[in-house]
Amino acid sequence: MTLVLEQSLNGLQFGLMLFLLAAGLTLVFGVMDMINLAHGSLYMVGAFIGAWLVGLTGSFTLGLVGAVIGTALFGMALETTLLRPLYARDHLSQVLATFALILILNDGTRMIFGNDLPLSAPAALAGPVQLVPGLGYPAYRLLIIGAGLAIAALLYVGVARTRMGALVRAGASNREMATAMGVDIRRLFTIVFGIGAGLCAVAGVLMGPLLAVQVGMGENILILAFVVIVIGGIGSIRGALVGALLVGFVDTLGRTVLQDAFRAFLPPQMASAAGPAVASVAIYVFMAAVLAIRPQGLFPARG
Amino acid sequence: MFQRLSSTAAAVALAATFLAGPACAADKVKVGFVSTLSGPSAALGVDIRDGFLLAVKMNGGKLGGLPAEVIVGDDQFKPDVAKQLFEKDIKRDKVDFMTGVVFSNIMLAALPEALDANVFYLSPNAAPSPMAGKDCNADFFAVSWPNDAYHEAAGAFANQRDLKSVYLMAPNYQAGKDSLAGFKRTYKGKVVGETYTKLGQLDYAAELAEVRAAKPQAVYVFLPGGMGINFIKQFVGSGLSKDTTLLLPGFSADQDVIGPVGSAMSGIFNTAHWSPDFSNPANVKFVEAFRKEYGRTPTLYASQGYDTANLINAAVHDVHGNLKDHAALHKALKAARFDSVRGAFRFNTNQYPIQNYYVRVVSSDGHGGLVNKSFNEPILKDHGDAYVQDCKMKP
Repeated sequence: MTLVLEQSLNGLQFGLMLFLLAAGLTLVFGVMDMINLAHGSLYMVGAFIGAWLVGLTGSFTLGLVGAVIGTALFGMALETTLLRPLYARDHLSQVLATFALILILNDGTRMIFGNDLPLSAPAALAGPVQLVPGLGYPAYRLLIIGAGLAIAALLYVGVARTRMGALVRAGASNREMATAMGVDIRRLFTIVFGIGAGLCAVAGVLMGPLLAVQVGMGENILILAFVVIVIGGIGSIRGALVGALLVGFVDTLGRTVLQDAFRAFLPPQMASAAGPAVASVAIYVFMAAVLAIRPQGLFPARG
Repeated sequence: MFQRLSSTAAAVALAATFLAGPACAADKVKVGFVSTLSGPSAALGVDIRDGFLLAVKMNGGKLGGLPAEVIVGDDQFKPDVAKQLFEKDIKRDKVDFMTGVVFSNIMLAALPEALDANVFYLSPNAAPSPMAGKDCNADFFAVSWPNDAYHEAAGAFANQRDLKSVYLMAPNYQAGKDSLAGFKRTYKGKVVGETYTKLGQLDYAAELAEVRAAKPQAVYVFLPGGMGINFIKQFVGSGLSKDTTLLLPGFSADQDVIGPVGSAMSGIFNTAHWSPDFSNPANVKFVEAFRKEYGRTPTLYASQGYDTANLINAAVHDVHGNLKDHAALHKALKAARFDSVRGAFRFNTNQYPIQNYYVRVVSSDGHGGLVNKSFNEPILKDHGDAYVQDCKMKP
């Protein structure tokens, strides 16, 4: 029983971090109709700024806050200078340009910070929290889950209840009509991009101690983020949340339940490889099914 | 006719001098050094490189009396990058020796470049089991240990400690497979779980939940470099360290892990062929010089880099700098007439070492830090490997 609880928490934790990236990505794609491959690089930039600040100040909180602000500003600067000309272009041009941006940001980060930076969880959270007798779940992962849920709630309130959120939803729903209604699209786009970058930074700094803060860390998670927004629906935050939790749970399932199932008739090395592989296939098959049956995604933003 | 005979004789004589080969010393020794110098596991490659270069420096910038040129390259933990670097070093820079690679999968990918060109590869670390057995090659020398060895020693130690049940974990690549095969070869208790993780995986939440459910008395993992650092931190973070013993090979319990993990490492037992507190004169000199040069205690990786350079030094010295004589150089390498920092050193018939393995424990160094201290009595004595009988190399 504790195993199921613990694995559920692990899936939830991974899913929520994926949600932070997917939320920004889906907003950018939904509102601005721009494919931004460099979204994963913003995640990397956020992690590096955070790791550097934590090293400088010794405070994890300061590092996190500084990284969010720094990455948001960096994202907005990037948007106003490099990315604005891309809105009018077709998706292929956007892919090519933002792919080039990935390479530039990778090497730029390497030049400024080096290939990797150490980042540790705050010492106070290094130990376990006794959730139920027999299950000491790492305190740091509980922090991640808490932060993810808090941000999801904030985004929901922001998008559903505020004027800015209404503008974002309008822009995602029908951009031309929103422009015709007098919305300052350019300022909206910059703010949306900044929010997306800030969300990336939160994910980057929080995941840094669990993974490694190194150049190229954004590329793997970017692909999963795209899968999530396709499943969830472009432009939909709710879709991003559902999709991310789905992917998070299936990934964790692959490493545990599926692996155990395979171990019944395969040698351990093959069972260990087969579990995650099948989980990965399952995610992509599900994405293909969504594209085939309901191409606009599970919770489409557009009418 | 006489003129034709003499000119033919002259031509034959001239040809003979070319065929006999130059019996003169080369003007320098070129070594191609390719290792993982970036990413989460960079500390390993950096230490091997630093140990190697220290030995060259202590020999006055020479190996075997000839000026040494060491061409250092970073494989970035990618097999294809390593392959390209090997090709560049061998074909363009025409090195005499290749060395350096940390990880078995990277080495196995790049090794054919060296072996196909008849260039010696001296491994300062990775020494996978196929190369000890059926794939053995006269141009391949393992200067470190057979991949299985530390794990066989750990299995023997687990028996000594009467650990009844163990959960095993290693990355899913050649060295990972060798490691758990080695542990199971000597361990006599019950293996309650055997998991192979993805090479380079850094988040072990799912695996640790499985460990908790299996309730083993001890956990034995082979997770070198950044993988081990993350695993140990997460192992402690999950609360498992309170009731479950963590047993490690030296790879996951040396200075590169002790630094980032910190005090949680104190008291952990691990197995290795070398420890910084060995009292033989070569080691005392090495540890002191390394600390002075780099400001840190050397890891076992550094000791291996140092030994590899000194092996080259001894071999080149024995052939009097005549690097072109492949057969003589091979014989000199195999004789291994150098003072290893681990103590006695000799090669088996498959060119893998036969040596002792010791248990170490992470203890206080007296200055507020942690360092490995070894038990005097080796856990495995004069130990070779389980694959030597499959090697069909002529002795």
